[in-house]
Amino acid sequence: MLKKILDFMRKNPALVGFIGLFIILSIFTDSFFNMNNIINVFRQASTIAILGFGMTLVIISGGIDLSVGSTFALSAVVMASIVKGGNVLLGICVGLLIGAVMGTFNGIVISKGKIQPFIVTLATMAIGRSLTLAYTKGIPISLFPNNFRFLGRGDVLGIPVPVLIMLGMFFLSLYILKKTKLGLYIYSIGGNEEATRLSGVNVNRYKVVIYMLSGLFSAVSAIILTARLNSAQPTFGQGYELDAIATVVLGGASLAGGKGGVLGTLFGALLLGTINNGMNLMNISPFYQDLVKGIIILLAVFLEHQD
Amino acid sequence: MKKLLLLFALVIFSTFSFALKVGLSISTLNNPFFVDLANGARDKAKELGVELIIVDARDDSAKQLNDVEDLISQKVNIILINPTDSDAVVAAIEEANNANIPVITVDRGASGGKVLLHIASDNVAGGRMAGAFIAEQIGAKGKVIELVGIPGTSSARDRGKGFNDEIAKYPNIKVVARQTANYNRAEGLVVMENLLQAHPDVNAVFAHNDEMALGALEAIKAAGKIDDIIVVGFDATPDALESVKRGELAATIAQQPYLMGSLAVEKAVEYLQTGTIYFPVELQLVNQ
Repeated sequence: MLKKILDFMRKNPALVGFIGLFIILSIFTDSFFNMNNIINVFRQASTIAILGFGMTLVIISGGIDLSVGSTFALSAVVMASIVKGGNVLLGICVGLLIGAVMGTFNGIVISKGKIQPFIVTLATMAIGRSLTLAYTKGIPISLFPNNFRFLGRGDVLGIPVPVLIMLGMFFLSLYILKKTKLGLYIYSIGGNEEATRLSGVNVNRYKVVIYMLSGLFSAVSAIILTARLNSAQPTFGQGYELDAIATVVLGGASLAGGKGGVLGTLFGALLLGTINNGMNLMNISPFYQDLVKGIIILLAVFLEHQD
Repeated sequence: MKKLLLLFALVIFSTFSFALKVGLSISTLNNPFFVDLANGARDKAKELGVELIIVDARDDSAKQLNDVEDLISQKVNIILINPTDSDAVVAAIEEANNANIPVITVDRGASGGKVLLHIASDNVAGGRMAGAFIAEQIGAKGKVIELVGIPGTSSARDRGKGFNDEIAKYPNIKVVARQTANYNRAEGLVVMENLLQAHPDVNAVFAHNDEMALGALEAIKAAGKIDDIIVVGFDATPDALESVKRGELAATIAQQPYLMGSLAVEKAVEYLQTGTIYFPVELQLVNQ
C-alpha cells in the first residue's frame, strides 16, 4: 500500500508539489488560502497551461516547439488590431488561423525537410517575433470592446472565463490523446518513429497536425491574455516556450518522447503558478525567485526519476 | 510578570496589525535604473517603519498584472506601480480600484484607471533634451545615429519619439541609421562597429540608455574617432557619469530613480496617514 502511494507520488511530481506547496502556503501565509487568491492562481496559470497542453502533444511525439511564444505574440497583435476595429469574432478567427498556419509551417518544414524540430522552431521563433514587431512597429495595441474583454476578465457562475477555457482545452487535448487515432500515433511516433512509419502510418502528415495544434493552442492562450490585459504587446510571450516546456516536464513527460499526459501538465502549470504567487505573497526577494523556482523543478524531476 | 507579558504581546500585536503595507510592482530589476528606484523606495520604507513588498514584472505586462493581483490578495494598503507599459497596466490598476486600494504610478504613467498620483520623469522630454543637446553640439547640421532600446518597450518608444521630434526641427540633421542594441552594452559595441563601416562620417550618436552608449563609445574609441563623434546616453548610471567626467561620453540624460522611489513611498505613507498629499509645486514632476 505504502509502496503504491510512493509510486504514485513519484509518477506525479507536479501534483505532489502542487498539493505540498498549497498546504505550506496555506499554513505559512495569511493571504494564500482565500477564494480570491486561489482564483488568481488558476486564472494566472491558464495562459501557460494552454501553451503547455499543446507542448505536451509535441513533446510526447518526440519533438519540441520553441516558437510558441512568438506565435502567441503574432496571433495576439493581429487579432487585437481586428478586434479593436470592432469585429471581435473575425479577430478571434484570424488569430486562431495565424496560430494554425505558423504551426503547420513548422510541421511541414520539420517533416518534409527532415530537420530537427529544435532548429526549425528556433528559426520560426525569431521569424514570428520579427513579424510581430514589424506588424505593430513596436507599439502595443490596446483597448478593446467589452464583449472581447469578457474572455479574459469575465466569469460564469464565479469561475473565471480563462479557467473555463483552460479546462476546455484540457479536455480537448485529453480527448485527442486518449480517444483518437491521432493520439495513438502521437505516442507511437514518440516511442519509435521508424517502427511507426514501417507499420504504414503516414508519420509526416501526423507531425504536421501535431505542430498545427501546438500553434492553435498558442493562439487560444493569446486570446485569453490579450483580453485579460486589454492590450496586445509586441513583447508578449518572451520566454513562454521555456515555461511551457517546464510544465510538461514537471508533469512527468519525458523529452525523449513516448510518454506523458496532459493531466500532469495541468498540475505542472498550477505548480508553476503557485510558486510565482507564493513567492510574491511571502515577499521573497525577486533576485532569489528563479533560484527557488529552479530548485523546485529539479526536485520534482529528481523525484520522478528515482526508481 | 503576567501584566508585562500582556503588554509585550500587545506591543507585538499592535506593530503587526498597524504596520502599513506598501506594495511596489516594478517593471524590471534587470536594469540598474530600476534597482535604484527600488532601493530608494526600500530605504524610505525602512526610515518610515512601513512594510514594503517588492514584486518584479521582468518587463512582462502579463506578469505585472499577476503581481498586482497578488499584492491585492495580500491586502496591501496602497500600491505603487512602475508600469511596464502605459496601456497594459490599466487592467491591473482597475483591479486595484475595484479592491479600493489607492494606486500611485512611478516613472511611467498609465493611460487609464484611477491613479492617485503620478511621480515621473518624462522619457519623451528626455529624448527631446538629448536631441536638442546634439543639435547644439554639432551646429545644427550633420549625420546622427540612433541606438534603439529593446523594440516594443515603452521607454524605447518614448525616448525615440522625443528625440526624433526634436531632430525633425533641424532640416540639416539627418538620422542615417536607427538600429537596436537591446539596451545591452555588448550589443552596443557590435552594432556601432558595424554602423561605423557604413557611416564613417557620422557626427553624433544618441543611445536610448547608457549601457548601449558605453558600448558604442568603445567601438568609436577603437576606430580612433573619439574626437569626431559625440555620444549621448540616457539614465546617468554611475559608469556613465564616470565616463562623462573623463570627457568621453558627451552627456547623459539624468533621471533620478532613487529619488522617485523614495518620494513614491513617502507620498504613499503621507496619504495613508492623513488622507491627503502635500506637494510643494516644484516637486510635482521629478524631471531630468
